[in-house]
Amino acid sequence: MRTPLSVRLFQSLPRTGWLALAIFAAVAWIAIPAAHLLLPEGHALHVSAYTVTLMGKILCYAVVAVAMDLIWGYAGILSLGHGVFFALGGYAFGMYLMRGIGTDGSYGVALPDFMVFLDWKELPWFWVGSDSFLWALIMVVAVPGLLAFVFGWFAFRSRIKGVYFSIITQALTYATMLLFFRNETGFGGNNGFTDFKRILGYDITSPQMRLVLFGLSAALLIAVLILGRYLVTSKFGRVLAAIRDAESRVRFIGYQPTQYKLAIWTLSAVLCALAGALYVPQVGIINPSEMSPANSIEIAVWVAVGGRGTLIGGVIGAFIVNLAKSFFTVSFPDYWLFFLGFLFIGVTLFLPDGVVGLWRKLRGRRPAATETATPTPAATPQGAKA
Amino acid sequence: MPLSVPHLLRVFLLAVCCTLGSAHAAPSAETLARLADDDSDTRIAAIAELGAEGSAQSVALLDALADEALALTGSGRLVILTDTGALDAASGEAIEPYPDDADPLMINNRVRNALQSAKAATNIRASDRGTRLAAAQLLRDSASELLMPILEPALATEQDKEIRSILALAVARVNLASAEPAKRILAAQRLGDSSDASVKATLAALLDKDANGQFVEPDAEVRAAAKGSMQSIERRLAMADLASTAFTGLSLGSILLLAALGLAITYGVMGVINMAHGELLMVGAYATYVVQGLFRSYLPDYVDSYVLAAVPVAFLAAAAVGMLMERTVIRWLYGRPLETLLATWGLSLVLIQTARVIFGPQNVEVANPAWMSGGVSTYADIVLPWNRLVIIGFAIFVLLLVWLMMQKTRLGMFVRAVTQNRAMAGCVGVPTARIDTLAFGIGAGIAGLGGCALSQVANVGPAMGQGYIVDSFMVVVLGGVGQLAGAVTAAMGLGLMTKILEGWAGAVVAKILVLVFIIIFIQKRPQGLFALKGRFVED
Repeated sequence: MRTPLSVRLFQSLPRTGWLALAIFAAVAWIAIPAAHLLLPEGHALHVSAYTVTLMGKILCYAVVAVAMDLIWGYAGILSLGHGVFFALGGYAFGMYLMRGIGTDGSYGVALPDFMVFLDWKELPWFWVGSDSFLWALIMVVAVPGLLAFVFGWFAFRSRIKGVYFSIITQALTYATMLLFFRNETGFGGNNGFTDFKRILGYDITSPQMRLVLFGLSAALLIAVLILGRYLVTSKFGRVLAAIRDAESRVRFIGYQPTQYKLAIWTLSAVLCALAGALYVPQVGIINPSEMSPANSIEIAVWVAVGGRGTLIGGVIGAFIVNLAKSFFTVSFPDYWLFFLGFLFIGVTLFLPDGVVGLWRKLRGRRPAATETATPTPAATPQGAKA
Repeated sequence: MPLSVPHLLRVFLLAVCCTLGSAHAAPSAETLARLADDDSDTRIAAIAELGAEGSAQSVALLDALADEALALTGSGRLVILTDTGALDAASGEAIEPYPDDADPLMINNRVRNALQSAKAATNIRASDRGTRLAAAQLLRDSASELLMPILEPALATEQDKEIRSILALAVARVNLASAEPAKRILAAQRLGDSSDASVKATLAALLDKDANGQFVEPDAEVRAAAKGSMQSIERRLAMADLASTAFTGLSLGSILLLAALGLAITYGVMGVINMAHGELLMVGAYATYVVQGLFRSYLPDYVDSYVLAAVPVAFLAAAAVGMLMERTVIRWLYGRPLETLLATWGLSLVLIQTARVIFGPQNVEVANPAWMSGGVSTYADIVLPWNRLVIIGFAIFVLLLVWLMMQKTRLGMFVRAVTQNRAMAGCVGVPTARIDTLAFGIGAGIAGLGGCALSQVANVGPAMGQGYIVDSFMVVVLGGVGQLAGAVTAAMGLGLMTKILEGWAGAVVAKILVLVFIIIFIQKRPQGLFALKGRFVED
């Protein structure tokens, strides 16, 4: 008899893991809202609106990092185009937010401002239904999911992998960015969407709404972590790890790697899209620069910094890199790219298992078998075979 | 064509012109009087007469009128004002005393245009070929019936083939308005030799119907001739369009080839994508910029040859950076291609920021040397810019060099051996580690050469390399790893395809279509166009 799902879900995390999640949830849902709303502005423990937004933003990034870790750390697929799914999720929800502006735009008509600017008389067909919250949620999942499925189906079916796949995904995000930069595409050109007013009729700038979005981001992260842990400890996850380490052998045994890869790839894209949909109302803007190849590749470095194949590493990496980014871009803007560049080099050279790996090494613990992050056992470059 | 002059007057003028033109006499007093007339049409007619007559005195009058130095005195006498005094307009003799009440004649744009074509008409008899050519070109676009008495004899006597064909067009254009249908038919046929869109528009106007539903051109035969000529002009324009698309495609392809050749080597040997490859292009471009600056400061006499000096400098600079990268970073990441990807991306960020710190965030100015500016004009008014031509030639030169290096030298043989089977090459004594460094250096150096070429056609700035990494990787993937023939075919194919699609659908859509094409292509041929023969299995 199979163990019930709830039990398996519960068993997928160790007790310390549940404890950590509980503490995190308490902080995100109780402590921070209380400190933001109840304590006066000058108080030492007051959490400012800036901090809440920044943390909410990084929580969304952390979800993306975990999604990235699922495919890179466990399936060995390095995507340099995850920004496109994040941004598409953001755009899908942004359409709803744009419609939510109603007649409060600069031109005082029901059409979004940029359409008035383009002298369009009515909404294009793909904006149909965008005033419905439910429809927006469906689109947030469906559009990036479908894109990922179709793209992945073509790519995995013809066994594109390794650096080939990485570059093709980069080309994908680059092409989509170019497409969205065009005004005629119908998504606001290079200005994108901004100036949002309300969600479900509630003011988007109110502290309560800010905390709701923050809390939802934290909830999404918790859910993604539990789901991810459940997946990677399941049989499915073990097949993925086997594909990562020796895909041909897995195929020879009789599995079909394509299906496994396609499933985790599409799931990862959808998780990114959900994070994007939560990200946009918090930062108040979405534009095509989110799809720039540099943004996508930065996601990979979050995971690398935190430690691949650990899930929690992605969260840690996202926080480290983005807090550093906030610090550098404010205090030493000229040095941010140097820092990021050397971070890329240093982590790959000296910290192949990231911060989590370093922590484990310091604690003198060998990583568990499913969590090793050395995909290719061969000690030679694979040039001739690629 | 100004048809506003009444017909009778025109016939009269033609008669006058013919007599005057053949006699080479000084302009008549009557012509002079009309030069000062209030009515622009009258003045234009007089100007054309002067142009057709073409004596030295007429030319002087035209020049004076153009400079607004032709003046009318209070007594109604025309004088030419010069720096030193005043001359009589009819005879050219000096006038004493200086007429204080002379009022210069003003000219408007229509009159100015008429002056230009009249001047050109006088030049059409010049002995210098260049002057005649320029005059003929001007007349082709602006001749009016008034200048016919000079155009037709000029056409009959002109020896130069090119000028004759231009003059023939000019005559045909004027004759199209002739009263005789036969002349019009001939003219319409003749205009078919043109490759000018405006001539096409003129012909198309003949086929239109006016408000009463009548054709503008009453004669059906003329209409047929005009239609035929229009089609041949359209064909020629389409050909010219195709040719220039093909040329820009080749030009883009040669740039892609220069960017991709180095990547093909490093990717072939190491099996990793060097994401900093675009930045090696940038290093080459900035090296060119520095050499240009040095030449400007220390060897200003030889500044035009700075590009020649910049070629080796760009190669060495990029090769040095590349070898340093290999020694310090890439070497330690063997067998981990995805991490190498990230580390080299980090290197590219560092290089970009370094360039920004040293040279500033703005684009720097790299000028074409004089011998690379301008272009060759060919068939149907297409101009091939010299800098593009030089780059195509340069790409061929670099390709030849790489081919010789790979096929004819010991180092090339080693590189090929390591590319095909690293372990076996090591077993037979190829120093694989050293080959890695050298191959990386050479690949980087070739990227530097590409940067040097790019600096002549594109902007040089810190982020210039970013746009090329995806494109050059596409070339490598399409062509097949380690295959020069593949890289050439892929680069040229992508270049042409991009430009053709651009003409059809715009730049962005073209880019997207090309990427989609590549993704579909890889479905069919994952090894690229020219795959290495052999069998491989991965673990």
